[in-house]
Amino acid sequence: MELARIPLRRLGERLAEGIDSTLLVLALSLSFIGLAALYSASYDNPARIANQLAHLALGLAAMWLVAQVPPQTLMRFALPAYALGLALLVAVALFGDVVNGAQRWLRVGLVRFQPSEMMKLAVPLMLAWTFHRNESSLRLRDFAMAALLLAVPVALIVKQPDLGTAALVAAAGTYVIFFAGIGWKLLAGLAAAGLASLAPLWGLLHEYQRKRILMLLDPTQDPLGSGYHIIQSTIAVGSGGLVGKGWLNGTQAHLEFIPERHTDFIFAVFAEEFGLAGGALLLLLYTLLVARGLMIAANAPTLFARLLAGAIALMFFTYVFVNLGMVTGILPVVGVPLPFISYGGTALLTVFIGIGLLMSAQRHRKLVQT
Amino acid sequence: MPMRAAELRNTERELYQFHVRVGIAGLAVLVAFGLLAARFVFLQVAQHDAYRAKAEDNRISIVPVAPNRGLIVDRNGIVLARNFSAYTLEIFPRRLSDLERTIDELAEIVDIQPKDRARLRKLLAETRNAESLPIRTRLTDEEVAKFAANRYRFPGVDIKARLFRQYPFGETASHVIGYIGRINRDDQARLEEEGLDANYRGTEYIGKAGIEASYQNELHGTTGLEQVEIDAAGRGIRTLSRTPSQPGNDVALTLDIRLQEVAEAAFGARRGALVALEPSTGAVLAFVSKPGFDPNLFVDGIDPQSWAELNNSPDRPLNNRAIAGLYPPGSTFKPYMALAALELGKRTPRSTIFDPGYFEFGGRRFRDSKPGGHGVVDLYKSIVKSSDTYYYMLANDMGIDAIAGFMKHFGFGAKTGIDLQGEALGVLPSPEWKTRRFRRPEQQKWYAGETISIGIGQGYNSYTPVQLAQAIATLANSGVTFRPRLVSHVDNLRSGGRRYLEPQLAHRVPARAEHLEFVRNAMAGVNREGTGARAFAGAQYTSAGKTGTAQVIGLKQGEKYIESKVEERLRDHSLFIAFAPVESPKIALAVVVENSGFGARAAAPVARTVLDYFLLGKLPEIMTRPTPEDEVEEEEGD
Repeated sequence: MELARIPLRRLGERLAEGIDSTLLVLALSLSFIGLAALYSASYDNPARIANQLAHLALGLAAMWLVAQVPPQTLMRFALPAYALGLALLVAVALFGDVVNGAQRWLRVGLVRFQPSEMMKLAVPLMLAWTFHRNESSLRLRDFAMAALLLAVPVALIVKQPDLGTAALVAAAGTYVIFFAGIGWKLLAGLAAAGLASLAPLWGLLHEYQRKRILMLLDPTQDPLGSGYHIIQSTIAVGSGGLVGKGWLNGTQAHLEFIPERHTDFIFAVFAEEFGLAGGALLLLLYTLLVARGLMIAANAPTLFARLLAGAIALMFFTYVFVNLGMVTGILPVVGVPLPFISYGGTALLTVFIGIGLLMSAQRHRKLVQT
Repeated sequence: MPMRAAELRNTERELYQFHVRVGIAGLAVLVAFGLLAARFVFLQVAQHDAYRAKAEDNRISIVPVAPNRGLIVDRNGIVLARNFSAYTLEIFPRRLSDLERTIDELAEIVDIQPKDRARLRKLLAETRNAESLPIRTRLTDEEVAKFAANRYRFPGVDIKARLFRQYPFGETASHVIGYIGRINRDDQARLEEEGLDANYRGTEYIGKAGIEASYQNELHGTTGLEQVEIDAAGRGIRTLSRTPSQPGNDVALTLDIRLQEVAEAAFGARRGALVALEPSTGAVLAFVSKPGFDPNLFVDGIDPQSWAELNNSPDRPLNNRAIAGLYPPGSTFKPYMALAALELGKRTPRSTIFDPGYFEFGGRRFRDSKPGGHGVVDLYKSIVKSSDTYYYMLANDMGIDAIAGFMKHFGFGAKTGIDLQGEALGVLPSPEWKTRRFRRPEQQKWYAGETISIGIGQGYNSYTPVQLAQAIATLANSGVTFRPRLVSHVDNLRSGGRRYLEPQLAHRVPARAEHLEFVRNAMAGVNREGTGARAFAGAQYTSAGKTGTAQVIGLKQGEKYIESKVEERLRDHSLFIAFAPVESPKIALAVVVENSGFGARAAAPVARTVLDYFLLGKLPEIMTRPTPEDEVEEEEGD
């Protein structure tokens, strides 16, 4: 008995090692809320809950694994991950599958996956590493280099076209550059250059791709598509009121007025059933998550860890802001899932790996300082 | 030491700067989330009453309005595919708890056959996200009245007025017109990939075969939409605004449906295919694949029993033989071989051979179809009398590379690009083809003996009837090929605009005019004094033809083919190619009649019947029954 208990406790200790409890509690609370919303949104397909639980388990395992890796080791993955991601993006452009009129998917054996998704983390890793290497003397040249490293994958993703992901990757890279201490004027210049480079890219797109993009900017052009999404999701959110209609009682969701109700528009289901109270709780949890991330960044020992943690914290913010803005009708409809809540394996995996990276930066703080 | 201190200070300053930026970021996050919170408050508190009203009392639903599908008409404007309005009894599966019991109760009011139930089950399994599915179509007025009186008993059932597709000519030209069917998962996935799914919201049907499939985008039209208030049960209360749908375009074929009827009648109950082209444009004048099927069966979802009958029939009625059937061309290959011989300098019109009734090569005898042979044979006679020995020798002299190299100019073994889906490639044999086709090295090798039977259109040769028709049209049109096409023009009903589909020049055969003239003249000889003379006796126009007989089974050395002893489906196919008039060809055609023996006996008379009608307007004797159009007129006259 005694012998059996000790290894078990050790195992528990080993498992808990390097896990930031604040982040874990926040991530699990959000995931739990997500499952509740998903259950309501998926009355027509109960198998989704089981799938999402599997995704969750996979995400937690990935998070734990990444948290064990010290930032110094993470740095070594920066270049290979970036290079691989870039190669895969080129492969998608050449041989990718076309789904929904956009070429995003790469088929490896039976599995189709989206290389642009891995760039969401590979780009901040790469940029943080680049700045870290030249830490002692950051000059204009380094910022120019970083801008180039950012521009190439973003251009490839815009070409697919996947404006949503391209914007997220661009944001992730910009956050790293911002935290690295770029001058305000230079930052403004970089933003202007980024906007200006959209013009020649426009010429490269197919006619139907352009139409898709214009539709994002003006949903009323497509009342059967995006415009319909926004009208219906706004009604769902607004009709929720202060405390909502109660779990599983959302009429908009259950009469199938809300499109994509288990993925990108899941917040509409949640807000209809839990009202302003639920929405406020969700915002609070996200605020705490981002704050914890920024705190980890502020206390991180190396430039690499600081930049990475800062960028990831702001990435979480960006996901949440873009998704909620879209569902409540203040931002155009782009395909951005709500972290921890939306259904989907790849998105959840990315989110949990992000948490793992934050934990890695937090855990190895003291080791280096001493 | 001062160096280090400076560095340290520098690092400290950088860290301070970083903390400042983290602070700025944190502030920005708070502001942005504050904005979202404000938006939540605006929607859920300030505007709550308005949105609650929208959600609870007057749910606004955006209902797509499916466009009317365009018509398909023949070259003279006769309607081949049309729409008619009828009432259907629709089931909303998601609003029902017990589907079978509901249907049982419905059966007490309206007539529901086991066939209808089976079809509904099939539709349920195949269709994704369908709001409602028909349990009964084409209700009578009495049935509509009966159900209306009992409607309160059936919350998940309703009557809908819908447009149905109808094909007034039934089996005639079924392989050209094709049919529509419900959009299934595969269709949905394809529409999404092509980015067309938004325009198909509200559309339940899509072209599955024939022109209905290949001109789907023309026929479909643009979906409109209505903003409708619906009650808590999802029923419409009133329409708030409406953007009308735009009907699909009408598609006019090059096909003449009367000629088509004549051609199909000429086949009778026999299996086979016929493609008739206008040589100067590539326009398809008749396109037969027998047996056909009744496309009307597919429109409301085919019932499983009819489907099994069509699918399991040994006659394969769903197989479009004209574009997907592969047949050895037999002796119809000889005119092209003759042209190749002239063009490549392997033969002249004057040179002769002696035909003893066989050709010996590598210790094996290749027999002529005429025992004892044709004696002294020159190029003209080789076509007119169809000497096999002549072409065994010629093929041996030319070699497989030269044959394959020349024949590809006629489009043999390549898709013609006709505007139908599912065209087969066929096989133009060559050593390269064999290397691609087979895996094992000993199978990949080309043997010289294999070249011999290629010369008479046997061996690995296999082509689709549309390829055979394209080749003879090319010969008739002095070596210029136009891509075969079925559609003449597309009419936009709203704008009144008409768009003609221009003839498409496909390729040119590099052959001298005098050589082409020689071959055409020899083919005229076939119908005048050769193997086609009996079928074309007394014709009031000039015509050129060539008979062909394609072996279905290979014969062993020394074995004799005796038709009566061979099982019906293994008997030789009968082929004929022709064009007319010889001076300025207006029509070129290829005919295959399956398992009917010599080309002269079965296929040539079919060609004669078609040419007689096309050039002289002469109806065959078998066509005394009235056409569907006439029936309608008679009814109206009564």
